[in-house]
Amino acid sequence: MKRIHQSAIAVAAGIAAVGLLASCAGAGAGSGGGNEGDAASGAYTWWDPYPQHEEGSDWANRVEACGDEAGVTIERTAYDTTALTNQALLAGQEGNSPDVILLDNPAVSTLADAGIVSTVDELGLDVSGIDANLLAAGEVDGETYGVPIGANTLALYYNQDVLDAAGVDPTSITDWASLTAALEAITASGSQGITFSGIGTEEGSFQFLPWFWGAGAELTELDSPEAVAALELWKGWLDDGLAPNTVINNSQNTAWEEFLTGGFGFVENGTWQVNAAAEADFPAGVIEIPAEDGGVAPAPTGGEFIIAPVQSDEGRYDVTRQIIECMTTPEGFVETANTFAYYVPPTAEGQEALLEEHADLDTWVSAVQAAKGRTSDNLGTDYPIISEQLWTAVQNGLSGVSTPQAALEEAQANAEADLG
Amino acid sequence: MTTTLAAATARRDGTAGAGGSTPPAPAPRSRRRGPRGSQWAAIGFAAPLLAYLAFFYAFPLWRNIELSVHDYTIRAFVQGEADFVGLQNYAQIFGSPLFGQALANTAFFTLVSIAVQFSIGLALAVFFRGAFRLSGFLRALFLVPWLLPLIVSASTWAWMLNSENGIVNSLIRAFGGTQINWLTSPETALLAVTIANIWLGIPFNLVILYSGLQNIPEEVYEAASLDGAGPWRQFWSITFPLLRPVSAITLLLGLVYTLKVVDVIWIMTTGGPGTTTTTLAIWSYREAFGTGQPDFSPAAAVGNLLIVIALVFGLLYLQLQRRQENR
Repeated sequence: MKRIHQSAIAVAAGIAAVGLLASCAGAGAGSGGGNEGDAASGAYTWWDPYPQHEEGSDWANRVEACGDEAGVTIERTAYDTTALTNQALLAGQEGNSPDVILLDNPAVSTLADAGIVSTVDELGLDVSGIDANLLAAGEVDGETYGVPIGANTLALYYNQDVLDAAGVDPTSITDWASLTAALEAITASGSQGITFSGIGTEEGSFQFLPWFWGAGAELTELDSPEAVAALELWKGWLDDGLAPNTVINNSQNTAWEEFLTGGFGFVENGTWQVNAAAEADFPAGVIEIPAEDGGVAPAPTGGEFIIAPVQSDEGRYDVTRQIIECMTTPEGFVETANTFAYYVPPTAEGQEALLEEHADLDTWVSAVQAAKGRTSDNLGTDYPIISEQLWTAVQNGLSGVSTPQAALEEAQANAEADLG
Repeated sequence: MTTTLAAATARRDGTAGAGGSTPPAPAPRSRRRGPRGSQWAAIGFAAPLLAYLAFFYAFPLWRNIELSVHDYTIRAFVQGEADFVGLQNYAQIFGSPLFGQALANTAFFTLVSIAVQFSIGLALAVFFRGAFRLSGFLRALFLVPWLLPLIVSASTWAWMLNSENGIVNSLIRAFGGTQINWLTSPETALLAVTIANIWLGIPFNLVILYSGLQNIPEEVYEAASLDGAGPWRQFWSITFPLLRPVSAITLLLGLVYTLKVVDVIWIMTTGGPGTTTTTLAIWSYREAFGTGQPDFSPAAAVGNLLIVIALVFGLLYLQLQRRQENR
């Protein structure tokens, strides 16, 4: 009898342990969104990729204020940029998406394609004031899936001391030929010409695109003569010692750090370094990236979109719209711009207001006006596939695996095969 | 990458678990006293282990196989209705122009890493066997690569091998050589990441081989030296043969660890320039997480291929071990 009793306990303990495991797994799957509250009141969930802005920061307070204005509380969660996209996908899979997500713009079409983002029409948002070139990154098959809250892009920072020593006037740089001539003068004077990022990730494509588009190439034809010209420009700089060999492995941050050593004339980098440039040990300026034959090259846009994931309870959209509208007023845009060290507002009104406060940002405002979304031209979810081939071709061309021509031809063939 | 190891472990644990849950049939004598009770107890005790194995080994493995035979696009991932495509993902992997290169890179990276790690590890183990002053301290120093977080050591290697400002090139230039673009030239990139990985793997080999050496009785060496065998002869006639079982498991574990290496290569070159340092593991990682467009199905197919490769070598090891036992 006693033995049976013991074994019964053992069985019970075993089953309890199994049950515990199962309940753990269940709890893991259940957490994440948690927005089963009432439609009109209660908590609205908000995800953004700014963990550096903690609770109590200006940004967090602004988000909270927009909730108060709409008569609800906002529960804000901050994720790392890449983690945010994955979290959004998982939440969409489990049907507990947050009400609002601030999402990196190339990811918008990915989520839209998965069918988990509501369109601006469904929300009743007016996007007519938003610059068309910025809004295009969130457009898929004629539908718009969100509003840009600001944009940043790439330009060329220069080191005034190095340029002075080489006798180069930055305003004289208007096309590729004059830029290359300037780099040669800088190299002759003992400094290094330019650094940038050609790493084998999305950053590499991001940095190459101004030259690619500046030559007149299109992402649908990676092996066009224009595209080859752009890659040959970079390759020529490496071969002639105008750019260091390290660019093949440089991230944008590494390129920036190289520039901060003071040994470089130029660096290709983004709006997010404006403050760091002001604090550098040398006077730094900025010019827009020139196109091959003069004028400004379209640089790719960076920056987040504010999107509203699909909810089973459509009654929530009304408040969601009010929250989004609160974040996207002209004053709201300028506030966002200041919070994030110069995010250029996506509307003409907002840009004017920003320039009134910071007249020195005019280069960036016009760079953003000339910029282009990577997922624009209805490329949408094709873009990541093309981009992977593009950065591979850049790496192959720069490192000498193959010639720029052959590298881009291979990229085009692979992209076509992958896109089916 | 953990899947590979998990699979290997699961295989071994699995057999152990199965053996534990089905005890030898009880003798008829004990049946009268209520064998069902004790059998239930056995199941009860085994249940947590079985559930653990099912949750953390069988399910992920099954899920990986399932991923690889479906076409999981982002849309299918979210809405849960991926098309069954059979072996199409595998056909795509084998037909890819990257396959041959990735396989060759994996073979080079793994074999060179293991061979050099093992040789250096064994040499150091023999060296430290003769206990001398500070030998314990020095041996501890050799463990440092093991203790450092991988991101630290891989980044440090990347800086050291930097084309323009790296310390390695500074040295080469100081001795009158020309700059070598370690990580950015297609000729040297694979070698550079392999060197870094060898450095990382030496402590593992050192520790296991050193403990293996402790089990060789000192008398054997004494007898050998009485017979007039020099150090070289002692190594090849005593140390090496007696260390064979330990060597075999060291090599197998090293193989499994090296096959699944992603972090070192990813941090140093992201598989580049171009695809010149893309191994199978890097390829799988890039498909799944390295682009803006997660492609889980081909990634899972490559991952399964890695599991199969590790499994083949695992079986080879078991075969060798059995033959040795039968001898």
